[in-house]
Amino acid sequence: MTIIESIRIALRSLSANKLRSALTMLGIIIGVAAVISLMGIGRGAQQAIDRQINSMGTNLIFVSPGSINQGGVRSGQGTAQTLTYDDAVALATSGLSAVAAVAPEVRTFGQAVYMGNNVNTQIVGVTPEYETVRNYRVQSGEFISAGNVTARSTVAVVGANIVTTLFNGEDPIGQTIRINNVGFKVIGVLEAKGGGGFGNQDDQILVPLTTVNTRLQRGNFRGSNLVSQISVQATDASQMDLAIQQISEVLRERHKIRFEDDFTVRSQQDLLETATQVTGILTLFLGGVAGISLLVGGIGIMNIMLVSVTERTREIGIRKAIGATRGNILAQFLTEAMVLSVFGGFIGVGLGAVMARVISAAPLGGTLVLNSVVGLDSVLLATIFATAVGLFFGIYPAYRAASLNPIDALRYE
Amino acid sequence: MIELENVYKIYRMGDSEVHALDGVSLKIEAGEWVAIVGPSGSGKSTLMNVIGCLDQPTAGSYKLDGVEVARMNDRDLARVRNRKIGFVFQTFNLLPRTTALANVELPLIYAGVRDRRPRAVEALERVGLGDRLHHKPNELSGGQQQRVAIARALVTNPAIILADEPTGNLDSKSGAEIMELFHQMHTQQGLTIVMVTHDPDIAAQCERVIHIRDGKIIGDEHNGDRRKVPGIAEQMKPSDSVILESVAAGATR
Ligand SMILES: Nc1ncnc2c1ncn2[C@@H]1O[C@H](COP(=O)(O)OP(=O)(O)OP(=O)(O)O)[C@@H](O)[C@H]1O
Ligand SMILES: [Mg+2]
Repeated sequence: MTIIESIRIALRSLSANKLRSALTMLGIIIGVAAVISLMGIGRGAQQAIDRQINSMGTNLIFVSPGSINQGGVRSGQGTAQTLTYDDAVALATSGLSAVAAVAPEVRTFGQAVYMGNNVNTQIVGVTPEYETVRNYRVQSGEFISAGNVTARSTVAVVGANIVTTLFNGEDPIGQTIRINNVGFKVIGVLEAKGGGGFGNQDDQILVPLTTVNTRLQRGNFRGSNLVSQISVQATDASQMDLAIQQISEVLRERHKIRFEDDFTVRSQQDLLETATQVTGILTLFLGGVAGISLLVGGIGIMNIMLVSVTERTREIGIRKAIGATRGNILAQFLTEAMVLSVFGGFIGVGLGAVMARVISAAPLGGTLVLNSVVGLDSVLLATIFATAVGLFFGIYPAYRAASLNPIDALRYE
Repeated sequence: MIELENVYKIYRMGDSEVHALDGVSLKIEAGEWVAIVGPSGSGKSTLMNVIGCLDQPTAGSYKLDGVEVARMNDRDLARVRNRKIGFVFQTFNLLPRTTALANVELPLIYAGVRDRRPRAVEALERVGLGDRLHHKPNELSGGQQQRVAIARALVTNPAIILADEPTGNLDSKSGAEIMELFHQMHTQQGLTIVMVTHDPDIAAQCERVIHIRDGKIIGDEHNGDRRKVPGIAEQMKPSDSVILESVAAGATR
């Protein structure tokens, strides 16, 4: 008997019991789809965060106030207020060989109002260097100039999303918006960075650094020259370590540090690693959930296969009585299981991909957008597992039945 | 040719043993039409299953056309069941949810025949079901189902037909039609037929009647010209009283 013949027998027998076949396939479909979609979402989150970190610029080093470890107590960075605009100027003017550019920034939350619309968003005080260091591009108008910074001008450059949220898509250049009740003239619009992510960069409004502390801040920052963060661009990827060392030396000297730093220096690479750790845990968690559904799917397959093969012991007896060999019976059940799991696997992969898409499209936490990534490895893993379960629990009882005398199989109850 | 010598089939049930076949020796020549009769539980089905290579004896020798069946492997046995023997069961044993045509094609698939459809159609036409090709078993009457089963047994052109109470689940009219089919197969194609029956009229239509009780052969009679015999009782010799008694017992069961 040829392979084509056994496939034909298998198909005939599968279509003679459509409901049973569909149920068996359902177990495979659910298991495979769960793995595909959940793993895809985990991967998508990882890529989105990587993309966001990379879109910040290249060869970046971030200096933030406060130390990670203060007196053995972990207090988040940024709690101490130690980093000033003068520190940034010093870093830029000390002639550090590994430092290409320095871009300090100061951040605050503010409410921006234009006509009837308002948005609550991040207001970032920057200097002209911010544009190149942090990889921003002006879509229309111009960026904050050095003159704006010295003059503490009330001008603003808005992120791409602000055009839609605040200006209903109209050209905002030359218009005046009110941020915390201070009027700002819009002089430029940024190109969208895309990729979405946490605290979307396209929702920000950039203003001159000096203006923030004089006009917008409250509390300790008000009137000070404190900054939230200094982004430093190294001259080259190979100079990162040297740059970190040079920055630390300058700041220690300026802050007269003897024991413990009151600032933290981290490279873009460090950020990536931290993020990878976090998303790795997320992916692992989702993978665990997916694994459980695959297991449940597997138990479903197992259950239906065991029942259906036992129920078909009589059929096996009939087939043997009219001339089927043990090999014929095994080939039939093998092909049936293969057909079911390959079909089920395909449908599961398709369904999983669709599910991953749907979940990606759903708005998670505002602007967080995931492009789920369906990996070949998860497709293979899920399909092979489901197939193996189907094969084992289909073939083993079939083998047992095929080894019986035909008459014992026919009498089986 | 079927040749059994001192065949035993023993079922062990806990401490006790059931001798379903208790030293059966038997020869059936090619072209014979034999009925096996006996009371319920006497071992008729067991004997048929051994002859049909569906079951293996516990002890003794069974030679089919001179070949010792016990020495055959799974493939040989499957081949014998496929080509040499056609089995007809009391309960039909058709594949459910499968058309008559597909059921009859089944043995041909295992025989490796490529052009199956015309042969299956022909076999179904021979049993008078040319107009029921695409009916499933649950869409057929009992008699029709048994005819599908007979077509399935015939389709590979076996030399031997084994039928275990083929009319047992049928009314007398359908039973008579089935017997007519067997009669045709026997006279026109010279098939060897062995059938188990409880019906004395049916046993009377066969050329030879083998009588079984408690797993032993207790009678083996030739009927002479079977077609002239209207009923078994009129033809009985005094020594046949045992047969009569048990046939009747079976018939009224
Ligand atoms: N699988 C089995 N296990 C144990 N005992 C069995 C088994 N099969 C048959 N027997 C016993 O073997 C004996 C013969 O059974 P068999 O089916 O051959 O009888 P039979 O002559 O065909 O009866 P009937 O006319 O009722 O069909 C019976 O006593 C039965 O109980
Ligand atoms: Mg019986």
